[in-house]
Amino acid sequence: MKRALLVFFTLLLATHAFAVSNDKEPEKKGSLKDEIKAYIQHHLKDSHDFYLGSYKDGDKKKYVGYIGLPVILWDNGLVLFSSTKFKHGKAVVSKGSSHYKLYHGKIYKTDVAGTINYDDAHHAVNEKPLDLSMTKSVMTMLFTALLMFFLFRSLAQSYAKNGGVAAGIGRFFEPIILYVRDDIAIPNIGEKHHGRYMSFLLTVFFFIWFLNLLGLTPLGINVTGNIAVTFGLALLTFLLTNLTANKNYWAHIFWMPGVPIPMKILLMPIELLGVIIKPFSLLIRLYANMQAGHIVLMSLVGLMFIFNNWLGSSLSFLLAFAISLIELLVAALQAYIFTMLSALYFGFAVEEHHDEAH
Amino acid sequence: MEKLLGEFSFGLFIWQTAIVVALLLMLRKFAWKPILNTINEREAGIRSAMKSAEEARAEMQNLQADNERILKEARAERDGLLKEARELRQKMIDDAKGEAKVQAEQLIAQAKEAIENEKQVAITSLKNEVADLSLQIAETLTKEQLSSDKKQTELVQKLLKDVDLKA
Repeated sequence: MKRALLVFFTLLLATHAFAVSNDKEPEKKGSLKDEIKAYIQHHLKDSHDFYLGSYKDGDKKKYVGYIGLPVILWDNGLVLFSSTKFKHGKAVVSKGSSHYKLYHGKIYKTDVAGTINYDDAHHAVNEKPLDLSMTKSVMTMLFTALLMFFLFRSLAQSYAKNGGVAAGIGRFFEPIILYVRDDIAIPNIGEKHHGRYMSFLLTVFFFIWFLNLLGLTPLGINVTGNIAVTFGLALLTFLLTNLTANKNYWAHIFWMPGVPIPMKILLMPIELLGVIIKPFSLLIRLYANMQAGHIVLMSLVGLMFIFNNWLGSSLSFLLAFAISLIELLVAALQAYIFTMLSALYFGFAVEEHHDEAH
Repeated sequence: MEKLLGEFSFGLFIWQTAIVVALLLMLRKFAWKPILNTINEREAGIRSAMKSAEEARAEMQNLQADNERILKEARAERDGLLKEARELRQKMIDDAKGEAKVQAEQLIAQAKEAIENEKQVAITSLKNEVADLSLQIAETLTKEQLSSDKKQTELVQKLLKDVDLKA
């Protein structure tokens, strides 16, 4: 069943990419490659709108399953409108005396004509309003949050109704919750303190896992491969680690016990740096892994259209299929690693003082 | 790095943090706490059930051991009683035998004594009888013998002869 679904999704992904290459005008090989590259780049980024696919009809780019999302700007006051008004970056949206234009996925303030000014490196230099839009990633996260809320609340309720035995879909997740508790939280944090962190660990584990899995669907979602998202998650781990840390933890950072005084002074900046580096590695690891997975998978799908013959294309397809299977594993693995390392850092923070172990 | 920072969307970061924190709080209240509580209670229940089963088994074993011990004791007691009874019986038999023997011996002794007495009495009376008879005979004989002189002389002669011999 899962495999059938995967094949279906891979095929869908293929049609997704096919839409790119479905150009009417004859093009050189190079431009097809560039186009695939641009398409992948575009996919990896967050977007102000949502669509299932796009194709070119003559000069016009047509969209399938297009949904506009709310744009929320803070520009000396709240500015609200639907992203459909940008007309995929072609139109200038005027609100009061301000004018906004969508350029390469970002909103800039422009004049009435929508002029974008560039610096030498061809980067837009127009002023950017604070963009708090409900983008595709935000919508996906909201969807995931709601899904999780109903899923796990139904599990909690099924216990009450069913005399302490899980029923329904929640039954599938109970062993995973137990796994997070018994194999991630307790070994790293310890029996005594793990309860405080269970909510965070469980939430983060399922949140990342579900978002990773959604990233494998052909909906073109790449939430956990976005640095802002992984930064937010790692920041929470960082805050939780340092805000709940005990005296022993800080002693190990500022005045390492059991080493000579010059070493204590030497170790202080290193340990202090470690406090930042630990969660930083979390955010980079998750971001890079998911980003890379998406790039590899989409490149392989793109290869089918570059080869454009039955042998190369079917080989690319098989490869893409294999990578999809690996990505399925990676989706769970990265969620596990993030949760596991967070638990490890929490474990450092609440570690009790003991003399012999140094 | 510049590209990475350029990709960083502050709005997305704000939304992400808000969503995760809200989700965390909601799930903690409505899902994680009740779920973990139920799981913990269930585990505690299983643990206590297993413990009490273990205890019951141990108690059963104790009881069985007790039963066996009691049975053994009872058997030993019975054996003891039987042995005692046997010994008692033997002793009674022996005692009775001993007593009977003593009594018999006494009886025999008495009988012997009585027989002896009787015999003595009989002998005595026999002796008296013989003495009487002898006297009568001697009287008769003497009467007859002393009836003539000749015979008297003869007797004296004879008696003297005997005396002489004895000297």
